[in-house]
Amino acid sequence: MSALSKALPRIEGVAIISVFVAIVLVFMVLAPNVFLGIRIYMSFLTSVPPVLVLALGLTMVIAAGEIDLSFPSVIAFSGFIFAFLFKTYELTWLAVIGALAGGALVGFVNGVLVARIGVPSIIATLATQFFWGGITTVVSGGLSYNIRAVKDEAIWHVFVGRIGLLPVQALWASALAILIWFILNRHRFGEHLLFIGDNANVARVVGINVDRERIKLFVLMGVLAAFAAVLLTLENKNFFNTQGQGFLLIALASVFIGGTSIFGGQATVVGSFFGAFIIGMIEAGLVASGIQGFWVRAVVGLVFLGAVIFHLRMERVNASGSFAKFFGRG
Amino acid sequence: MGQPDFQHVVRLVDIEKSYGNVRALSDINFSVGRNEIVGLIGDNGAGKSTLIKIMTGVDKPTAGELYIRDRKVDWNDYSVGKAHELRFETVYQEKSLGEKQPLWRNFFVGRQITNRLGFIDVKRQKAIADDILLNQIGFRGAGINADSAVAQLSGGERQGVAIGRAMHFDADLIVLDEPTVALAISEVRKVLDFVRGIKESGRACVYIEHNLAHVHELADRLVVLDRGAIVAEIGRGEMTLIELTNFLIELQQHRPADAAAKRASTPS
Repeated sequence: MSALSKALPRIEGVAIISVFVAIVLVFMVLAPNVFLGIRIYMSFLTSVPPVLVLALGLTMVIAAGEIDLSFPSVIAFSGFIFAFLFKTYELTWLAVIGALAGGALVGFVNGVLVARIGVPSIIATLATQFFWGGITTVVSGGLSYNIRAVKDEAIWHVFVGRIGLLPVQALWASALAILIWFILNRHRFGEHLLFIGDNANVARVVGINVDRERIKLFVLMGVLAAFAAVLLTLENKNFFNTQGQGFLLIALASVFIGGTSIFGGQATVVGSFFGAFIIGMIEAGLVASGIQGFWVRAVVGLVFLGAVIFHLRMERVNASGSFAKFFGRG
Repeated sequence: MGQPDFQHVVRLVDIEKSYGNVRALSDINFSVGRNEIVGLIGDNGAGKSTLIKIMTGVDKPTAGELYIRDRKVDWNDYSVGKAHELRFETVYQEKSLGEKQPLWRNFFVGRQITNRLGFIDVKRQKAIADDILLNQIGFRGAGINADSAVAQLSGGERQGVAIGRAMHFDADLIVLDEPTVALAISEVRKVLDFVRGIKESGRACVYIEHNLAHVHELADRLVVLDRGAIVAEIGRGEMTLIELTNFLIELQQHRPADAAAKRASTPS
């Protein structure tokens, strides 16, 4: 048995996967005609991937003890870059690269603000969310871009096509989840993020270039948010300048429901993966169960808060457990 | 091991360090011979920590020069990583270990065993970490292994881990920043034995310590820092422990602020 196959089930995911299965079962009872068919699941695999991609980036950001609130504006900004380049210059792959570069730029600015200038990330990224959101509204003239023609292009099939019933974006998001798991848990960069989130002073004295790693982190988050924007814009075949709104709550909720520590230094990619699907399912399931749509946000907000409180308690229990051990040994 | 062809493992010349308007260090000339244990003493805020941070690449000075094994080092090339490469290791009081991280990560963070893409060889790191825990530090049957988180360890065990890490990386110079603070007496002895071990193995050590008895017993030379300047250097055997204690008390009483306060309180 490799260390990976031992560590995965033991440390990560057992609890969250149980919750996931329980929720599926509950909805199967509450709304059997929806949740016993395959269509609803294919619909999740269409709608959840952008959220999942965001949650993966946020997992690393929160692992490093930081936060990024600017990603809803990257969804708009990079979505605009993509739609504009496609509509105006008929660019496809270059439009994707342009969108990713836009995300990298947003991330780089965030990183410099946080690492070099010392602005706390919650403030820096709140400000840049407004800034890039505003810029997007200005350059798009507040208009939406219909890009239905993109369905005939290769990139549409590569990123959001269907293999049989299966939406391709689900494969992209899953592959990214595996990659991010390895980066966070098995790569030097991920380890540096965990130590920075644990204690930035310790990170410094063990020789981690904290500022550089923070900038890299925010750039990575920006690029991932831009990729989420590309998936979303391609799937919708449309850009509209408020398309990022609504992602703030659900992407962050995915990470915290998954069990990543709000204090940094500890994070679970498996948790965020299932967290994203749990959120997607609660949204769809509530509607399918006949609860009015406007209740959905309130419920997601409550679940979010409940999950954070639950994980806080768990961390405290673990801490007191180790204290008991400490005294027991002495 | 052949005789190394250098006189000082590290030498700092005319070091100054200011934080804004606050001068933390001035005119520091400090050297450590190979196989010498130098005790660094002084009050809180005397500049001990700043001095070792500069020496080990955590901070850069405002002015001054650094020589390692008698060769001048460019500050722009100097960093914690570079200091590790030059086989300098530091054990900080509490700031050396990531609390929530397992020991196998703590042993290797900053110099992980990786493949070309930067992915960590977890298996090898864990095996080596377990070996260090068992054979170098002697955590036998203590229920501690490479997967234990630092948060589960006692203060002495943490120092043991940090010291074990320094030993594993075969340092020439080991800097100990108050390694016995907050330790039980039995654990203090272990740390002191380790400091002796440093000397016996031919390495050099800078030992920062509040407890004068410990440092007086162990150091080949004592360097006294006061308000950012070196005010005395005392060779082994030049002073008894009591003379040393009195000397330091004397030093404090001659501080201008203290002296003024004294005059005000005793108007004779």
